[in-house]
Amino acid sequence: MTEVKEEKTLAEEMGEKIKEISIAEFFEKNKHLLGYENPTKSLLTVVKEFFDNSLDACLEARILPTIKVSIKEVKENVYRIVVEDNGPGLPPDKIPIAFGKFLVGSKFMRLRQNIGTQGIGAKGAILYAQLTTGKPAKITTYFKGKKYEIELSIDVIRNEPKVISRKEEPIEKNLHGLKVEVFVEGRYIEKGQSIPTYLKYIWITNPFTKIVYDGPNSSFTLERVVNELPKEPKEIKPHPYGVELGRLKRMVHMTKSRNVVGFLTSEFSRIGRDSALSICKIAKVDQEKKPSELTDEEIERLHKAMQSVKLMSPPTDCLSALKEEYLAESLKKEFEPEFVVAVVRKPAVYRGYPFQVQVGLAYGGKIQEITQEAILLRFANHTPLLYNQSDCAITRAVEEVDWGNYRLPRNSKGLPPAPLVILVDLISVWIPYKSEGKQAIAEYPEIIKEVKLALQEAGRKLSIYLHKKFVREHLAMRANIFEAYSEVFSEFVSDLTGKPKEYIKNKLIEIIRRGEYKDGEEKKMKEEVIEVK
Amino acid sequence: MQFYIKPKQKNEILKTLRGLGESFLKEIEEGKNPSVEVPVRTLRNIKFDPKERKIFLGGYVSKRYFLHLGETRRFTQLAGIASLSKKLIEEDKHVSLREAFYILKRTIPGLKKNIVEEQEESNRAIEDLELVINALREQLHMNANKLGAVAGNVVIKDRGDLIDWSKLGSGGWSVPSNVEDIEFVEVNAKFVIYVEKSAVWERLHEDKVWKKLNCIIVASQGQATRGIRRLLQRINYELGLPIYVLTDFDPWGIYIYSVIKFGSIALAHISDRLAIPQAKFLGLTGDDIKKYGLEKHLIKFKEIDEKRLKQIREYEWFKHNKDWQRQFDLMEKMEAKAELEALAARGITFISEKYLPEKIKNGEFLD
Repeated sequence: MTEVKEEKTLAEEMGEKIKEISIAEFFEKNKHLLGYENPTKSLLTVVKEFFDNSLDACLEARILPTIKVSIKEVKENVYRIVVEDNGPGLPPDKIPIAFGKFLVGSKFMRLRQNIGTQGIGAKGAILYAQLTTGKPAKITTYFKGKKYEIELSIDVIRNEPKVISRKEEPIEKNLHGLKVEVFVEGRYIEKGQSIPTYLKYIWITNPFTKIVYDGPNSSFTLERVVNELPKEPKEIKPHPYGVELGRLKRMVHMTKSRNVVGFLTSEFSRIGRDSALSICKIAKVDQEKKPSELTDEEIERLHKAMQSVKLMSPPTDCLSALKEEYLAESLKKEFEPEFVVAVVRKPAVYRGYPFQVQVGLAYGGKIQEITQEAILLRFANHTPLLYNQSDCAITRAVEEVDWGNYRLPRNSKGLPPAPLVILVDLISVWIPYKSEGKQAIAEYPEIIKEVKLALQEAGRKLSIYLHKKFVREHLAMRANIFEAYSEVFSEFVSDLTGKPKEYIKNKLIEIIRRGEYKDGEEKKMKEEVIEVK
Repeated sequence: MQFYIKPKQKNEILKTLRGLGESFLKEIEEGKNPSVEVPVRTLRNIKFDPKERKIFLGGYVSKRYFLHLGETRRFTQLAGIASLSKKLIEEDKHVSLREAFYILKRTIPGLKKNIVEEQEESNRAIEDLELVINALREQLHMNANKLGAVAGNVVIKDRGDLIDWSKLGSGGWSVPSNVEDIEFVEVNAKFVIYVEKSAVWERLHEDKVWKKLNCIIVASQGQATRGIRRLLQRINYELGLPIYVLTDFDPWGIYIYSVIKFGSIALAHISDRLAIPQAKFLGLTGDDIKKYGLEKHLIKFKEIDEKRLKQIREYEWFKHNKDWQRQFDLMEKMEAKAELEALAARGITFISEKYLPEKIKNGEFLD
């Protein structure tokens, strides 16, 4: 289990390390893991961190999100970034800690389908801004009838927020939301792995969101296509099959349970008293022992035993997929294809983690103007993955599908050469990223299989459409050809018979438009050989 | 003269062409898919009549439809040729096959295509029409290029001009595609020698063979054209002169003889107007090679020659002929072929002064 990185390791490590070194130094050492390895990606990461936070906040508060993103170049390679949402806002007292002190992520120890999970996102962005331009961040919140404007920076030696100014003024009572403003050094691009691309893609899988973008070169508004939030994902406890040893050790120390059996039944999903007793028995661990007194060897035996008992699969109400028609609707709006299909699979399980795959295919129409080679959009928990495409389980699954079976041009390797958009969204409480960069998904056979099944199901629907289209076009093409030849043929028949050409032509076109000459008949007619005598 | 069918009259052909148009019109008015029946021209529909000794077309007819993706183009071309032919006959004009192609070639409105793109297409349409209305392309006023050479003591009338085949210098008379309207005014010859090579014809002409043996000599390059075959047939049927075919001793030469005598597979539908069942083979034989000592002048068989030999000896009209099977055996044993020009090894005029007079005198023909 080396591929899946502990989501907290980095954060925890930070916690330990900042006692010894400055947080700035740590950031500098690890910026490649945090998405700040080059100026282009850094700018995107800053926007992404604030945007994801805003979206999560709205979803958690069950508010239909409206998120505004503004990016302006203030001098060469320095940008002012503003991200504003209509979420619940934050109490002003919490703002300095939430934005200015590391390790205070509210999403830390939870197993729930979320967009951001690192707990360092927004703070990382603020720190990056501070390190590149030296300017403080300005956080504005509309909260309980007041507007609070707080300027803060991070004391990189002490890892403490430093509030520079604080203003408040009364506002209309029911206004709510949060606005973050930072100055960042970076490089802005319009196309490809860019901020506009990120916003357009994240809107497709979150079509209940309204996005207003005001960029250096372009601005657009993406209206919501759905006025309904997806059902709220439930938080679940870890399933024993998926828990790593390191995590088990931490859980043992943090639990409030007084004995091992209690610990097992209350901290894990799908472990009842009977299962807990048999785990203890197999592990040869005293069921009454206090969890915090377990030795490392005992924890290791427990870990092993947990994998060997038979348990029910984890509950799947922790996942929240879109409705198929919503996904199809937003794909349609973004790409204006001639055909679109979305498939949402039932939840499945890998290593004790529930996961679910949703895919969409958009074919032809305006896509033909963009590309003749399929475009793959990868998502994890409704968030676009713009980097490391070649190294991802989703890519592998897409490439393993034989697209030729679905009336698309076959390609021995890679994506099918067709005007096609392939969207794959993997939803899970625990996305097995290949690295801290969180841009590629590890190649678990269960995941690849589910993605392939979803794509095949969608492919079959596309294939039906393409067949109908082919028949339709074929018939139209036939009629066109016949009518063109009728023009000259009726002239010849007129020459031979003396009847007016137009008369003959019109009669012929009548016959053609009746369309009684189908492929089947055609075949039969061709084989018709009459033997005389 | 029982095999000889007089060509249809102009009026008759015009009537048939109009009839073809009427049949299309009738179907169109009835709301049906316009169709035409075309005799099948593949090998399975080629028959040999052992009594009359000629190839003919069997009874398979394929029905073609205008509203059929695979056929609409060819169907239109057929109607185009029929319409062109009608105009030509009415105006009493003749065109070459090349001209017919250019007349038919124009863009189809709404398609980026011409009615015909290559001459092959218009040629094929002409052959289709021949089959459909049972007439020769010459009767449809479409002619191939003139070809070949003729010399002999014969005077003919062609479009009002008198032509003396004995007074045309070294080149002789070229045979037009259409020989239907030629009249034989004065004929002073006992037989015809048809030779497959113009070089050999020039030899015979220089040696005045036609004068010495009192015959007509005719040549083309390779396979005889329709015009030449039709001319030979008319001489045979109308003047009663025997036709002797002079070729190399190889499968290709023997097939040239076979086409003149029995008709060809490609033109089986008009065998009646081209085949000469009484024609005889005067070419080199396996026996000649021994008799005239040509063993040192043979050309080794290639694989393609062997293959062709195997095909030819299986043809219905050769299969049961012992004399021919014997020649095929000799050829197979030699694994080689002999050219007429090889006779020059025995002397430049050997063919004219010795070979031909002797063979004809002794009646050494193959039938």
